[in-house]
Amino acid sequence: MKNFATLTRMRVQLAFRNKMFFFFVIVMPFAFFFLWLGLLAKGVPARCAFYLGPVLAFNVMGSFWGLSAALVLFREQGILRRFHVAPVSASDMLASSIVANYVLTLPIVALELFFARVIFHVPSLGNPISLFLLVSIGIISFGSLGLVVASVTNTMQETQVLNQLLWLPLIFLSGATFPLAFMPRGVQRFGLFLPATYLVNGVQQAILNSATPWSRYVEVLSLSVWACLTFFLSAQLFRWEPEAKVPRRAKLLVAATVIPFVLLGVVENMSDRVLVEARTALERFDSGPPARPASMGVPAKPAAARKASGSNQN
Amino acid sequence: MSNAILQVEKLVKHYGEVHAVRGVSFSVEEGEVFGLLGPNGAGKTTTVEILEGLRDPDSGFVSVCGLNPQRESEALKHEIGAALQATSLPDKMRVIEAIGLFASFYKRHRKPEELLKRFGLDEKRNTFYGQLSGGQKQRLALAMALVNDPQVCFLDEPTAGLDPQVRREIYDVIEELRRDKKTVLLTTHYIEEAERLCDRVAIVDHGVVIALGTPRELKARSGGTTRVEVRLSKPESNGAMKNLEGVVDVREVDGAYVLHSQRPPQTIVSLVKHLEAQGNELVSLEIATPSLEDVFIELTGRRLRD
Repeated sequence: MKNFATLTRMRVQLAFRNKMFFFFVIVMPFAFFFLWLGLLAKGVPARCAFYLGPVLAFNVMGSFWGLSAALVLFREQGILRRFHVAPVSASDMLASSIVANYVLTLPIVALELFFARVIFHVPSLGNPISLFLLVSIGIISFGSLGLVVASVTNTMQETQVLNQLLWLPLIFLSGATFPLAFMPRGVQRFGLFLPATYLVNGVQQAILNSATPWSRYVEVLSLSVWACLTFFLSAQLFRWEPEAKVPRRAKLLVAATVIPFVLLGVVENMSDRVLVEARTALERFDSGPPARPASMGVPAKPAAARKASGSNQN
Repeated sequence: MSNAILQVEKLVKHYGEVHAVRGVSFSVEEGEVFGLLGPNGAGKTTTVEILEGLRDPDSGFVSVCGLNPQRESEALKHEIGAALQATSLPDKMRVIEAIGLFASFYKRHRKPEELLKRFGLDEKRNTFYGQLSGGQKQRLALAMALVNDPQVCFLDEPTAGLDPQVRREIYDVIEELRRDKKTVLLTTHYIEEAERLCDRVAIVDHGVVIALGTPRELKARSGGTTRVEVRLSKPESNGAMKNLEGVVDVREVDGAYVLHSQRPPQTIVSLVKHLEAQGNELVSLEIATPSLEDVFIELTGRRLRD
């Protein structure tokens, strides 16, 4: 426990000295935040509320890039070897990565929520407990996915390729960049097999409909199970040495990480619950009266947003 | 051995088709500086990494401080210190932070300040690891290897790639460890290092210990002869060279003839006469007392650096 705490402090300290950290963890998330809310939502509060969930989910999902790259770099440079010869366990290393990432990401999300209220006058941030819970589970689960990526790739190049292969469907087919309701039917169906879809939908429903944690139990539970599974697998597949080969069973074990969302995707494809919620959110966003841009001063609060912020429809 | 703190018996390790270690056996007594001397790829690092608990052997028995490195790895790590080959630290970590961080992992540890002073890193305490020179990085590696005041210290090629000045600084540190009665297992491919620092040396080649003893004992294998190394403009037969006066052994290594002579002046005189008679010329001539390199050549027919 002591080692884990010391390592976490070290990771946070090193992150603040890293220019790449500033770019990927601070500059980029805020760039997306202002791009989406300022340009796509045109600063209209109700529209900003609609886009806020996907933007937060987008930033939360980005955790897996940084974690996988950092771990592979540590392994390639022989830094992990140095820790291996000390009484430090793989779980200490991995858990400290996850917690350090959490400690660094959460304030960014909090700042985005603050700016959403203050600059874009988003009428309500919904249910704060649900939001906190889903964002927390999201950071941990996608961070753990990054650790799995680091465990099954041998070089930084391989890591970047695999990250790209995962990242593109996660952001484009889940509603994180373009609303799921805009997508063709086939893409919507496929999106229901992605963990990102549940994070986006859960966060969006928590903001727009003040959904309680209990009403979002599918998202909370599925992402939590996935977080535990991916963390467990990353600990099983962890390699200290750059020359250590990926074990043969790794591919089988990694395949196991998709099981929860394959099962959930089948169930959700039959019920259409997520798609209906995504469509309803979009319709409300479309039907909301045009509001004055935030830059004009008084926050506009359209009827749809008032309704959304005050009720729990789940 | 009654005081053996480190025991290795019939150790075997394969990497696929590569036989890295093929039945290595030796033991190290408490307070001894023991060297594993051999060329690159001889199996030294693999042996050490098995002893550190970083790798599993295929077969054989190993014990360090009475512990099994594979089954009791956690307990062992508190008892050993290691300066690994090919390791690093994050570039943006300060020297004092690195020592403090690693000190925090151990039940028993030295004060980081004390180690900074001892290893001459006091002035660099706030310098980032990435800004240290090669020698400073190596001194930091040694400081970190001793951070837990270990019973056994593993130093894997601690001077590889360092310039002679820095190498001498590292030698001073290791000699200090010996004065402190620390048990040290040192791997090296530098003859000078093994001769100067080690109480006993195991010469390793192709995963096998080919000779073991004190440097003096090993050199005595050359039978008290003097090494005369000559290069000629035209090749000569080994038989002709062996007929020179005082010569007891001849080996051709890298185009040079390495003669072991009991009477060097007579050998040189008869060599010159022989070359004159054959119309051959002497390109170079070196005379030296036998070293561990000669022992290695005698046993393998190759130079250590090959």
